[in-house]
Amino acid sequence: MIVRLADNIISPLGSSSEGNFRSVREGLSALRRYDNHWGLPEPFVGSLFEDIALEEECTPFESLAIQSVRQAVAQSSVDLSSPRTMLILSTTKGNISLLDDCEMPHIPRERVLLGVAAQRIADVLGITTSPLVVSNACISGVCAQIAAMRLLKAHACDVAIVCGCDVQSKFIVSGFQSFKALSEEPCRPFDASRSGLNLGEAAATIVYTLTDSAQDDDWVIDCGAIRNDANHISGPSRTGEGSYRALRAVSSHIDASSLAFINVHGTATPYNDEMESIALDRALLAQVPINGLKGYYGHTMGAAGVLETIISMRAVDDGVVLPTKGYSSLGVSRNINVSSRLRTTAARSFVKLLSGFGGCNAALLMTKGGLK
Amino acid sequence: MNTLHHVIITPSTISLDNLPVAIDACGGEMLSQVYRTKIGGYAKFFKMDTLCRLGFIASELLLQAEASERFVERDDRAVLLFNRYSSLCADRRYFATIRDKDNYFPGPAQFVYTLANIVTGEIAIRNKYYGETSFFVLPERNDEEIASIIMASASDPATHSAIAGWLDCSDDDHFEADLQLIEF
Repeated sequence: MIVRLADNIISPLGSSSEGNFRSVREGLSALRRYDNHWGLPEPFVGSLFEDIALEEECTPFESLAIQSVRQAVAQSSVDLSSPRTMLILSTTKGNISLLDDCEMPHIPRERVLLGVAAQRIADVLGITTSPLVVSNACISGVCAQIAAMRLLKAHACDVAIVCGCDVQSKFIVSGFQSFKALSEEPCRPFDASRSGLNLGEAAATIVYTLTDSAQDDDWVIDCGAIRNDANHISGPSRTGEGSYRALRAVSSHIDASSLAFINVHGTATPYNDEMESIALDRALLAQVPINGLKGYYGHTMGAAGVLETIISMRAVDDGVVLPTKGYSSLGVSRNINVSSRLRTTAARSFVKLLSGFGGCNAALLMTKGGLK
Repeated sequence: MNTLHHVIITPSTISLDNLPVAIDACGGEMLSQVYRTKIGGYAKFFKMDTLCRLGFIASELLLQAEASERFVERDDRAVLLFNRYSSLCADRRYFATIRDKDNYFPGPAQFVYTLANIVTGEIAIRNKYYGETSFFVLPERNDEEIASIIMASASDPATHSAIAGWLDCSDDDHFEADLQLIEF
């Protein structure tokens, strides 16, 4: 079984998983409006760090990833230098700001390459094996956990450190603005008045290992699936094809009534949330409580799948279904069960769902104690 | 793991199942020539960036060699690609549209290609593949590691075959594809 040994989140809401969960439970959000930021002609709403402490000869992106891995590993007895310990980095744009020669001139330009940045992160941490970067757009954080599960099961390593990390930049924000995908206010996932997404920054880490059997309080990856819409490179499928297929692949292992919730992508763009409602309905999961965390963090891109999995594990630990911040009235075509307020649950499993550009979709089923 | 077909594309050569494919162009123009002479009928090709064109051409040659019925919906074939340069080629092109305050014209048509995995989506769309699509970036090419990740991907019970391998592009005229059509 693939069990979690430790985890960490560093975000504008806190520097530990516990601190982040507490902030979310209190309903806090780091989303705020930025005017004239990075020389962008239009304002945007996002969740950004005020300050990132830099590691020696490292970029903010690399520093965040290093600090998150370090804090996660510190809670375990994992040997970072072991030839059986592997780093799997989930990111979309890594050090993209290095394309600008004026940015961080002391950092070698080749660190704009994701693999080279991952190698720097591994080197500073003292990880001796070659790092793997999963770059599957917005679903990378779930894909990285699926890769960890598979590589551990294949005995390619004994410990897989999955770190999701992205920082924001003029490059990314201008791109989403050109897509008209950003909301001018804090996002409202699944709401009738939703008008787009917000971007966010974070690093999140989960350390996984393979064991013969799981204890009752061990978090276990039961299974995961990645499926494509085969429809459009930047628009969600009108039939929710890939998300439906990914959901069906993981939910076939469990009775829907045993799911505490499905933590969905919920970006709050009109098309994404509508697509997810169709996929949930088609997968016969419309009655399961669903929630989204973008109203607290924005869309943290490569970090999202890892961060949202950690917050979801904490919620099940606490016996709660977190509310979807920003949501008040259903604004999608299918009658899905969006959580608008804190509810209690005794269930021990959840599904994490993501979708992204390139038509990709991913779902992960996790159970405290593992599926019996 | 059984290799059904194997294609290698460099800026000046193409080989399919170890036999050279005749071409008389090089670099980006070579990809367009292969499209015009051996594929055609898919105007989206001309919207694609170089990484996507490379992946499209390489996958088309593999699937032509397979000679099975094309464009039938399926979810048992994965697309699993690896490289070093990620989407750097498209990143540079998009960055040029936002670098200068007085010449600022970002557009979704360029921005969308700043994700390496778009090529996996292009191949899935072309072929109606609803199965897994994944993109991995490595510090350096490492065929042993790539093979172990491809093998591990077969643990998804839906996945029975894959278009898989190396697909890298450092600029519009410098690239390398080394893809296989694999049966698990």
